[in-house]
Amino acid sequence: MATVAAAPAGRGRRRARLLAGAVPLLLLLGFVFLCVAAPLLWGDPASATHVAQAGQGTSVRHWAGTDDLGRDILARTLVATRNSLLLAVLATMLGGAVGVGLGLVAGSSRRLGRLVSAVINVLLAFPALLLSIFFAVLFGLGSVGSVLAVGAAFTPGFARITQTLTAAVVGRDYIDAARVLGRRPLSIALRHILPNIGEPVLLYSTIHIGTAILSLSGLSFLGLGVQPPSYDWGRLLSDGLTRVYISPGAALAPAVAIVLAGLTFNMLGEWLSDLIAGRESGALPAGPPQVSIVDAEADDGTPGDRLLEVRHLRVIYPGHRGSVATPVRDVSFRLAPGQTLGIVGESGSGKSLTASAIAQLIDAPGAVDAQTLRFLDLDLLDRQAVDKVLGRSMAMVFQDPGEALNPAIKIGTHLLEPAMIHLGDPKPVARRKAYDALRAVAIGDPARRYRQHQHELSGGMKQRVCIAIGLMGEPKLLIADEPTTALDVTVQRQILRLIARIGRDTGAGMLFISHDIAVVAEVCDRVAVMYAGFVVEQAPTATLLAGPAHPYTALLVAASPTMTTDKVAPLPALDGRMPSPDAELPGCYFADRCPRADATCTGHRPPLLRIAGSQAHRVACWHPLTGPDRANDAGTNDTRTNDTGTNDTGTNATREEAPL
Amino acid sequence: MVSLLILLTATFGMIHLIPGDPVAAALGPSASPPLVAQRTHELGLDRPILTQYWSYLHDVVTLHFGESITTESSVSTLILQRFPNTLRLAVPAFILVVVLALPIGLLTAVRTRGGRGRTTRRAFVGLTGLLNSIPDYVLATLLSVIFVVGLKALPAAGDQGLRSYVLPVIALVVGPAASLSRIVRVEALKVLDTEYIRAARARRLPMLLRYGRHVLPNMVTASLTYGSLILSGLIAGTVLVENVFGWPGVGTVISQAVVQKDYPTIQGVLLVLGATVLFMNLVVDLVLGLLDPRSRVGEL
Repeated sequence: MATVAAAPAGRGRRRARLLAGAVPLLLLLGFVFLCVAAPLLWGDPASATHVAQAGQGTSVRHWAGTDDLGRDILARTLVATRNSLLLAVLATMLGGAVGVGLGLVAGSSRRLGRLVSAVINVLLAFPALLLSIFFAVLFGLGSVGSVLAVGAAFTPGFARITQTLTAAVVGRDYIDAARVLGRRPLSIALRHILPNIGEPVLLYSTIHIGTAILSLSGLSFLGLGVQPPSYDWGRLLSDGLTRVYISPGAALAPAVAIVLAGLTFNMLGEWLSDLIAGRESGALPAGPPQVSIVDAEADDGTPGDRLLEVRHLRVIYPGHRGSVATPVRDVSFRLAPGQTLGIVGESGSGKSLTASAIAQLIDAPGAVDAQTLRFLDLDLLDRQAVDKVLGRSMAMVFQDPGEALNPAIKIGTHLLEPAMIHLGDPKPVARRKAYDALRAVAIGDPARRYRQHQHELSGGMKQRVCIAIGLMGEPKLLIADEPTTALDVTVQRQILRLIARIGRDTGAGMLFISHDIAVVAEVCDRVAVMYAGFVVEQAPTATLLAGPAHPYTALLVAASPTMTTDKVAPLPALDGRMPSPDAELPGCYFADRCPRADATCTGHRPPLLRIAGSQAHRVACWHPLTGPDRANDAGTNDTRTNDTGTNDTGTNATREEAPL
Repeated sequence: MVSLLILLTATFGMIHLIPGDPVAAALGPSASPPLVAQRTHELGLDRPILTQYWSYLHDVVTLHFGESITTESSVSTLILQRFPNTLRLAVPAFILVVVLALPIGLLTAVRTRGGRGRTTRRAFVGLTGLLNSIPDYVLATLLSVIFVVGLKALPAAGDQGLRSYVLPVIALVVGPAASLSRIVRVEALKVLDTEYIRAARARRLPMLLRYGRHVLPNMVTASLTYGSLILSGLIAGTVLVENVFGWPGVGTVISQAVVQKDYPTIQGVLLVLGATVLFMNLVVDLVLGLLDPRSRVGEL
């Protein structure tokens, strides 16, 4: 049925993730090697003075030139690796140890914690460099002083992250248990908390070694760090800068070293956190899935009275590890102007995604595929140049009006935009329309509401506003996606009536999506029932309620209590689960839970066909229920006798291949 | 306010926490004991500590930062002369960072929304990561090697008109712009995922309006909060960059002062820089309060 280009599975991605670490690891290895070996290998040229060769530029013998005393700068840069890295690691360890200690205290004890975290907050407001300068002044110039200074400057950062992590761990049950057992706070901190926060703290440290290199070099660069005759990269850089005209190499060599080292630890940190998190991000096949649909129906032409036509709509998402999820598998329906179609289904049935697909709101990597998807005279599958028409003629009302209104924008702006942009109305005209629209949805004092933000309105009011926004164009189709689900029960009915009235008043077609068959029945002329991404039954509302043909619909209708429901008998419940969007079954997706299912059902997919004798009633079932008492039917008096499932649907005499 | 007090206490306490005699250290080993004692007295360092603290606070409020130990000139005058130069670098840099980071981050977010544009995402993360790893002083050095030494296109040092702003500002902007645009991207991705942006798309609002009016105001809050940290880092960055380009701001003053152990100058400059950072955080908080309509409930 569907052929989808699957991506290579997870193993390849894992290898790629490991490989991504190769570069920083190799660089790290190189730096460690330099730390150990550079002073031995290049110690001589780095320290031997040759006054005769002083201050040379770049040459074959001295790639980065020589300094005032004729020492080779490249050799000095390599030798300085040890100093630079060692001091950076020391500073990080120092800052880490003190910071983690403080953070543990702040995170685990309440009273002391508040004080410590207040201090941390203040310190964090100051940039690390200012703190390092401050501490460098305190601790004195030189290597020791700068390590202490950078360490001290790192402390608040470490303390903050430790505190946050600790606070998260402290809330867990096992810590409470340890406390109840009478363990002392210190022992709890060391034995129970530290191991749980170790990983992120180590990660943070790795990245901070890079920062420490940069900070220490910065201090040395200012002349506050390592003092002559010792040297590190920062010192070399500032020496090189003074002679940058004679030999640019003198500044370049240490500059490259600093950048490379900083980058190495940054990459290392990011790679490690990727490994730990094991991110599944972007687990997508390369291109849009290739989908072909068989079971093509001939178009019967005459698009005249058709507002919306949907044929064999599918929505496909690439899933994890190259699989494919198809939350909407096969949806077909047609909507005439002024008509109201309800789509019912439980959550996960694909009804909302169907609405999104029609409104062109499915984002890549999701893909919409259909044999036909027409709105007015537009082919919605052709994404070009339809925005204007859609913005003017299609309006959408969403489930949660609190989420659907932009918190930063006034209600009025929401209302003005569609009219001004899509209809080209000047602002005063648009504003008058906006007031009218607000009045039309029964909002009193429109001028005041117009100036307000969404947080100043109640839930029902917000949904009215959303509907009003929809009225600002010239809507031919109103898509309402669970418009009452997020509202208070008392408001639901009002909004429902409002939507029904708006539909009548404007003469717009309406697509009403809900999980509640009772709500749909109240508003809609026709109902389509969705299950696992399929439309399984479609009929005029009265017909459907009186005699559901699909076993699933029957259960849905029976599960929706009305005034006449027997209050003693238990509501029917359904065992099992709806097949997930990535399941690929050959037969009926409801077969698993269906009381009437047989081998045919599990082996062959039932198409959506017209029921004999009924003009507008369609069902996708091999064993539909019949008669007025369908809900209790056991499947014996089936008019749609089906022959063992070996033949295809075309030979079934009692059903016709139905144009929609 | 608390932060300011802590800042004041820290700068005040610094001179007392230094091991050894700061005055003797500043005057050098050749200074005779009577001279050291005299300078100590002049600086008021022999008075009781609380008196000193009080008079320090008093001096700061009246903008008297004392006199430099080495040059004996007024620190306040020095700072008043030099600090505007620092601001002249920092303010354009600040503006440029925001002007660059917002659209870049937003655009990348749009391109990488919902897991698409993986190449774009990788390139963006890689590039900003790289730029972010180049410290401003190294970048400043590299820039001056290329443009001053190599191409001789721009002046090397000092403040010689508009052209001498180019390199220091670039050196200051690149790192913060890279990290801020990363933050902006993440924040924009969150906003783009919201229902109200979906609703705006359902209304077919044109792209520019959608991103400009609907997305931007909603992500500015978070972006600016993180951004304020980055931008205060930028103030500190001026210290280093000024040194590379010999810019006559407070950055060059403080590095000299530290080497010369000129403590009153260090105190003064650190205080001014610290206070600037605090002031900027305050401004960001105020701006956020103005931007966020939820904090203005009942005002209309």
